[in-house]
Amino acid sequence: MNKKTYSIPIGPVHPSLEEPMTFNFEIYGERIEKVYLAPGDNHRGIEFMGRQRNPIQIIYLAERICGICSASHPFAFCQAVENAAGIEVPERGQYIRVIIAELERIHSHILWAGIAGHELGFDSVLYISWRAREEVLDLLEYLTGNRINYGVFMIGGVRRDISEEQIPRIRKTLEYYKDVYGKIEDIFLKDPTIALRTKNVGVLTKEDALRLCAVGPTTRASGIKKDVRQDQPYSAYADLEVKAITPDVFSGEINGDVYDRIIVRLLELVQSIQIIEQCLENMPSGEIVAEKKLVKLLNQLKKAKGEGIGRHEAPRGEVFHYVKLAEAEVPEIWKARAPTYNNLMPWAPMLLGEQIADIPIVVASTDPCIACMDRVTILNKANGRKDVLTKKDLHELSVQKTRRITP
Amino acid sequence: MTSISLFGILIKIIGAIVIAFLGVVIGLFYKGIDRKLAARMQARVGPPIRQPFMDFFKLMIKENIVPQNAVPWIFNGAPIMALVSSITILLYLPVGNIPPLLSGYGDIVLIIYLLTLPAIGMVVGGFASGSPYANVGAQREMVMMMSYELPLVTAVVALGWKLSQVYPQLNIFSLAVINARPIWGLVGPLGFIGAILLFITLAAVTPGELSKVPFDAPEAETELAGGILVEYSGRNLALFGLADAVKTVVMMSLTVALFFPYNISHLLALSGVFALIADVLFFLVKMFLVMFVEVSFVRIAFARLKIDQVSFAYWVPVAIIGLLGLMLIVLDTIIV
Repeated sequence: MNKKTYSIPIGPVHPSLEEPMTFNFEIYGERIEKVYLAPGDNHRGIEFMGRQRNPIQIIYLAERICGICSASHPFAFCQAVENAAGIEVPERGQYIRVIIAELERIHSHILWAGIAGHELGFDSVLYISWRAREEVLDLLEYLTGNRINYGVFMIGGVRRDISEEQIPRIRKTLEYYKDVYGKIEDIFLKDPTIALRTKNVGVLTKEDALRLCAVGPTTRASGIKKDVRQDQPYSAYADLEVKAITPDVFSGEINGDVYDRIIVRLLELVQSIQIIEQCLENMPSGEIVAEKKLVKLLNQLKKAKGEGIGRHEAPRGEVFHYVKLAEAEVPEIWKARAPTYNNLMPWAPMLLGEQIADIPIVVASTDPCIACMDRVTILNKANGRKDVLTKKDLHELSVQKTRRITP
Repeated sequence: MTSISLFGILIKIIGAIVIAFLGVVIGLFYKGIDRKLAARMQARVGPPIRQPFMDFFKLMIKENIVPQNAVPWIFNGAPIMALVSSITILLYLPVGNIPPLLSGYGDIVLIIYLLTLPAIGMVVGGFASGSPYANVGAQREMVMMMSYELPLVTAVVALGWKLSQVYPQLNIFSLAVINARPIWGLVGPLGFIGAILLFITLAAVTPGELSKVPFDAPEAETELAGGILVEYSGRNLALFGLADAVKTVVMMSLTVALFFPYNISHLLALSGVFALIADVLFFLVKMFLVMFVEVSFVRIAFARLKIDQVSFAYWVPVAIIGLLGLMLIVLDTIIV
């Protein structure tokens, strides 16, 4: 039988997408037959801008790669520079970094819960969860001076200390979230309509997750215990017991569907609260930054030579930064790879065979951050067109670039 | 004889204009209340109650864009058809003690037919807009119409059948007749439960009929960006907005007329004009309560269902509840 399909474009601008991204679907009736991803609408050339600035300036640029991962990118970038220049972060600085990063995870996961509710047409969830999110934003403002772009990270440590007087305020927020968690869990995991819309929807099998290198809650929901904090502990995470969370802890089974991704994120909320509590208890005293004088630090970085990598488990998965310093004011190379980049391809197996109605929630279920992900756009200068490069083309370009940068 | 009927026709025409105007105003006003209440239940401030009026006037002065792929006469005709058909139903609905303007010219069976017309208007408009989103939305609307018809008809037929058993000489499908004889007084305990089930059936059909969450798959903002209405703007969108408001009034009045046709005037020992005013006000209050339960509350408490789930929900659980209600009413009559 000849199936007559029709095509539906979703994006670059569409109510279900928070950021520009294009999907082209071939639809038969209501069923998705083919998925074409066409990213590249949100490229801002941040890495290029970074190569004209010194590392300290880049921290602020890295913070603005994404509005939500504004602790994760500078975290990974600072680690990369420290790795390249051989700078040791004082212990107290490491703990403060972890506290800020975990507060960010709480804020990000609650924000995601609201968006998921909205995509399901359940706007009450959106309003309730975003209201609950205000508390952590207030706390972040109290600790760092900013609600979103915290401006707290510095190469060799952090810029602001957490004083004894501030700790009760943090504990108050943690208690608040312990209360709120029950409510959010009740809404998401016990509501029959949410279960109807998310169970067995957007399934990503364990094999696909491994094959396509999914990261973060997306891969953990498929049953892979992958978490940078557990696998290669860095910063203060080395002192803490962090275990990758899979949905079987809660429901006893792993399906890899949207519902499982909800479970993983909700459980990570609790995990973050526990991590922050442990940090507050064990936080050592001492310096918060290796080198206080910025001029001295810049001079040190100017003389440094070498490459470094920084990895951090962002709320969406592993964020990876690579920096190459070459005894110059500006780094020779800076490369950022955001988690959404890895979670791009898993969309294809998740979406195939689902209905149009599932597109928003499946797309949202990996918590995509297109601004983070769009690191490259190929433009054909001759005709100004965006072109699609094959694997072979990309490989050739990579070989050329490697020859160019390695003498 | 001819002069009387001429006068009668004149009265009916003026009445129709008044009812159309009131229906639109009350519909928009209720829409405002609904939005405000939903906002309050979702812990936000919400728009002012006059917002739907402001939306309407703003849309009326906006440009009316007809897409290139659209079939213009159908595209422009669909909103008018939707609005006119919903206003027409108003003329067949009783308000409190006041019999319907066109009583005697049509009954509830006609209303059920007319109820599908605004939906058909939207489907036709959606198909004529030449957009894939509207196309999918229109297909979904058709599926929904096919799904909720059975439960809706079950509820109505059950009430009519019961009336025909008690008052065999009357025109049992006339709304004036149904309105004057509340179902609750005619049935025994079994039938009472049956009537409750029928009410639940009608309450479940209402959000579908009005395309509200959880049954708003044809419009589905996050999936289809407005679905059927995606290409509509300006005057046409304003007309669809009015049709939606009037349809809300229609569904609420229908529920009130079928299930809660009680009046308050004789309890307060009022008479004449006061009785009329009291009854109309009481009718509006009943409509508000029904709207709150069936629309405002439901739409904040559920996620949107997929179209296959909507279909299933109407064909299986809701239809079974409706048929169960029908059976209980039959049993009640047979046993007694």
